[in-house]
Amino acid sequence: MSLITLTDLHKSYGPHEVLKGISLTIEAGEVIALIGKSGSGKSTLLRCINGLEPFQRGGIDITGLPVTTNPAELRALRQRVGMIFQQFNLFPHMTVGRNVMLAPMVVKKQSKAHAEATARQMLDRVGLAGRFDSYPGQMSGGQQQRVAIARALAMEPLALLCDEITSALDPELVNEVLAVMRDLARQGMTLVMVTHEMRFAREVCHRLVFMHQGRIHEVGPPAEIFTAPKTTELRQFIGLEPV
Amino acid sequence: MMAFSTWDIIRNLLLATRWTIALSLAAFIGGGLLGFLILVLRIIPSRAAGLAARAYIEIFQGTPLLMQLFLAFFAPALFGMNVPAWVAAFCALTAWSAAFLAEIWRGCVQAVPLGQWEAGASLGLSYAAQLRHIVLPQALRLAIAPTVGFMVQVVKGTALTSIIGFVELSKAGSIITNATFAPFTVYGCVALIYFALCWPISFGSRWLEGKLNVAHHAH
Repeated sequence: MSLITLTDLHKSYGPHEVLKGISLTIEAGEVIALIGKSGSGKSTLLRCINGLEPFQRGGIDITGLPVTTNPAELRALRQRVGMIFQQFNLFPHMTVGRNVMLAPMVVKKQSKAHAEATARQMLDRVGLAGRFDSYPGQMSGGQQQRVAIARALAMEPLALLCDEITSALDPELVNEVLAVMRDLARQGMTLVMVTHEMRFAREVCHRLVFMHQGRIHEVGPPAEIFTAPKTTELRQFIGLEPV
Repeated sequence: MMAFSTWDIIRNLLLATRWTIALSLAAFIGGGLLGFLILVLRIIPSRAAGLAARAYIEIFQGTPLLMQLFLAFFAPALFGMNVPAWVAAFCALTAWSAAFLAEIWRGCVQAVPLGQWEAGASLGLSYAAQLRHIVLPQALRLAIAPTVGFMVQVVKGTALTSIIGFVELSKAGSIITNATFAPFTVYGCVALIYFALCWPISFGSRWLEGKLNVAHHAH
């Protein structure tokens, strides 16, 4: 069974239709990049999968659980799907360790000792073992984003949704975050990412999904998307054809 | 005619100041508790609760405190209840402070970026848990300075309760004036005492604002 199934998803902001019927299935362990121009609906699609945006028509199903607007069902769903944001959204009033421990303790009712052990393990996994007691404000953007990844991993999600997670970073900090993502991909984590890092998408992703004006235009393995694009829009997007 | 020394005047005013302080503190604490309740109603995603909270805030911010005091004092009498002046003063000031504090705090809650709520939601936290662990601690830090600053308004607001016969600093001033015929001396002292109460509070508010801003930026 597929991990995530989207069926004819429609989403509008008032009269403006952002997603015009998206259907896509994502298997466990797949690494998928959503690519396309800004305004093509990539981020909105990602936010719909996590229930952060309500949608009007169609359905999303995650390991048999439908995405609804019911708060309790949404909470259950979000324990299976973690999300990482462009702006990190770490909690500035808590130490890094507390950031990672909060959800396991509050949502999963883990003991403090258990949550702390998990948090240290996750911080180690993203290369920040020594920073347990730092505050987010004392860290670089790249380090903060890695904490955000550790925080999502501590909930043991089945998939991670990554919304332009390197776009707010200085160029020299992008690689440390991508290296963590590469590790996660190698370890078999299901990743769905909106990204502008084409080289990373090409090297790491199993499939690329090209979106244009609220629709999926092309889906395929990176080699195919980059070397044999079928539509004019994609050829323009990857620069094979002038706009 | 009996003579009053300046010390007599000051001593009696200071005795009455106790009631100004007591009423200010009681109204501030009562208003804080009620204000928090209204704040929660105002921000939870329920239309009915939000409307009720807004109506409350509009009514108490949109009418003079003096009218609220009159109503709190005289309305129960219509139903044959005799409310002592201090009870009416406490109730009206509490209700009035609650409306203003709820609105001040709502601004602080809204100043916490939306991404903080979303990060909490995406981790599976319930609305109440997001509020308790993520948003309120951050809003609290923003709220301290304006909340302390508002206490100055409460202290000055207690002066109005003299009109319904509660003997606090202002009322004591007018009673003493009637006996001494020295309004300038008496009201001068009254003003100085109010200033002595309020100035440290507004100074403290500014100090906290500077301190917490620095701490916030250091993060």
